[in-house]
Amino acid sequence: MAHPKVGHSPPRRQLSLNDPAFRGFVYQAVVAVAVVVFLVWIVNNTAVNLKAQNKTSGFDFLWKTAGFDISFTLFAWDRTSYYWQAFLVGLTNTILVAAIGIVVATVIGFVVGIARLSRNFLISGLATVYIETLRNIPLLLQLFFWYFAVLKAMPAVRNSIALPFDSFINQRGIFVPRPIPNDQFGWVWVGLGLAIVAIIVLRIWAKRRLEQTGRRFPVFFSSIGLLVGLTFLFGMVTGANVTFDPPVLNRFNFEGGLDIPPEFLALLFGLSLYTAAFIAETVRGGILSVSHGQSEAAQALGLQDGDRLRLVVVPQAMRVIVPPLTSQYLNLTKNSSLGAAIGYPELVNVFTGTTLNQTGRAIEVIAMTMAVYLTLSLLTSALMNWYNARVKLVER
Amino acid sequence: MSKFAFVRRELAPSLPPPVRNTGLIVWVHRRLFATPGDTLLTVLAGLFLLWAVPPLWGFLVGNAVPPGGTVEQCRVENVGACWAYIASEIEFFIYGFYPMDEYWRPNVVFALFGVLAALLLMPKVPYKVPSAIGFFILLPIISIVLLLGGSFGLKPVPTEQWGGLLVTLILSVVGICCSVPLAILLALGRQSKLPIIKTLCISFIELVRAVPLITVLFMASIMLPLFMPQGTTVDKLLRALVGVTLFEAAYLAEVIRGGMQAIGRGQYEAGQALGLGYWKRMGFIVLPQALKHVIPGIVGNFISLFKDTSLVYIVGMKDLLEAVKTKNDALEWAAPTQAVTGYVFAAAVFWIFCFSMSRYSLFWERRLNTGHKR
Repeated sequence: MAHPKVGHSPPRRQLSLNDPAFRGFVYQAVVAVAVVVFLVWIVNNTAVNLKAQNKTSGFDFLWKTAGFDISFTLFAWDRTSYYWQAFLVGLTNTILVAAIGIVVATVIGFVVGIARLSRNFLISGLATVYIETLRNIPLLLQLFFWYFAVLKAMPAVRNSIALPFDSFINQRGIFVPRPIPNDQFGWVWVGLGLAIVAIIVLRIWAKRRLEQTGRRFPVFFSSIGLLVGLTFLFGMVTGANVTFDPPVLNRFNFEGGLDIPPEFLALLFGLSLYTAAFIAETVRGGILSVSHGQSEAAQALGLQDGDRLRLVVVPQAMRVIVPPLTSQYLNLTKNSSLGAAIGYPELVNVFTGTTLNQTGRAIEVIAMTMAVYLTLSLLTSALMNWYNARVKLVER
Repeated sequence: MSKFAFVRRELAPSLPPPVRNTGLIVWVHRRLFATPGDTLLTVLAGLFLLWAVPPLWGFLVGNAVPPGGTVEQCRVENVGACWAYIASEIEFFIYGFYPMDEYWRPNVVFALFGVLAALLLMPKVPYKVPSAIGFFILLPIISIVLLLGGSFGLKPVPTEQWGGLLVTLILSVVGICCSVPLAILLALGRQSKLPIIKTLCISFIELVRAVPLITVLFMASIMLPLFMPQGTTVDKLLRALVGVTLFEAAYLAEVIRGGMQAIGRGQYEAGQALGLGYWKRMGFIVLPQALKHVIPGIVGNFISLFKDTSLVYIVGMKDLLEAVKTKNDALEWAAPTQAVTGYVFAAAVFWIFCFSMSRYSLFWERRLNTGHKR
């Protein structure tokens, strides 16, 4: 007996809006056409507008002489430099303040975050006040406060306030002695490198011994000893030393020394203190997310206090802390663009500000600025994804 | 003979009273002096407070010149905050260059906003739908008519004359109200199965999130006029609004997407099983749960939007911060503590708004905590 074929034939395609696949296709087509029309309209308008204003376009302006001064640069800059050099100056200044700011903000943030969890009422209270105050005030306002109300209100150069170590603070920033290493100083770096290698070897050896015999070795303190000892030993033996060139007040200004401008200081203070408040909350959340049972289980297994933190609590807390922490780092980098408002010559100030005003190439300049931040962001998120994949909770 | 081997014949000695674990002394011991390390920290923190609080008190209250004081009082040596300066310029800080005779118009808008917001925000007050209509539809219309003027015999006041807290509040309220629907659409688009829509939403969100707000504002203020047909002028305030809204929508979209991802697959499938279409499924099943999950994140975004509105200063808008800065640079009230006083005032205003928002979100979080946490 032949059975009639039983089965589901796929429903026949209908060219009607009741068919989800067809409907999706229509929607997308409509959206795509709308977007294309919108883009064409914008491009067309822009071309017409540019023509009407007699503006040219293109990136050739990068090889023209910039002709303006920049108050703070990491490498040689004068009025005859090109616009692409201005771009580089802005970029390096942004990276400089962001890099230092990230380190400072991380240190303050972790200290404050842990302090907020303290059993000590005064300590946790102070940490709470710090976080709730700085988090709820706009960063730009804080920058203005540091720059206009604190650093610019310092005495004039002649009445500079003397700080320890031959440093001075006045309206024009902080003047510190400039360290000048002598020719043998390279050996100190060699010593430092050797110390790091030695520490790695020591750690491996100590771990192996712990696993075989159960005897512990004070790795942390001996590492510090190695680091300081080897570096100094190499310095002493080879005769490396550092002389300091202190700032000296002459009639109008300081000579010699290293001048840290108030714009940089204000931006650094503002960025680090503000971001630290957010990092502190991230850290607190991360530590609280490790359930008490984990600590108790570690105690039940007989782990020492230090090991309990290092092997059980911190790794789990870091899994929660690191993703928001990186986004805070990214925020700090993006927020460094607020330096434009207090005259710190970072990317937005030098490039989107002065360069744009002088060349009038709005589209090219803004596109380049955005591309820089976009690249930084994408790099960070790529790193983040890699880290997440590494520490992810392995589940069935 | 008794069958019991032991019978107690005298009273048992009374046990010592239990160690107190409540009360002031125990609290002080436990929270301040539990260990030698704690004691050290307490002493250090106490010394810090002794060092910091008296000068702060002296600056804010003790040596301060109260409202109504004169410039000369603010110019003496070691003077505290010059509150007289704030009091005399308060109208500029609130209204900017808005004509003085027309202050009642912003005042009516402030009052309406306050009443409607209170009606919406207090959970016990009934009539949520009428107040929502009032807040989201009537209030914007009334505000535009009243503030701009030019109709009903009102004197026209161009947006160039608006300033101070008025502009800050307009930017943030409009930014909040416009970015939420946009963010929901973007989040839905990012989760959508239609490739073109998904790609568009992802690229928009990632591009905007990757760049600082300043560049978006620069783009809105410099490039928006270039994008428009010749002859159209876009109001400066409107440009800033567009920039702030687009920027905030991208951030908010990611928060909402996080909430949507926390909703189990079963919820989507249950909606499908009930025969609901896409919009009904999203609107009645997924979004209400998703938004509830991410209230802290959403309010956090509102707070950062409110703070971010201060950035419009850089593209030349006149908000509260700009008003304070302008008056700080003016010579009329020039005094040693003028700048600090101005910034402390502005900081206090921003702080009050942000802090109350975060407390309000905490309140809702507790209220909506319908048993997701153990």
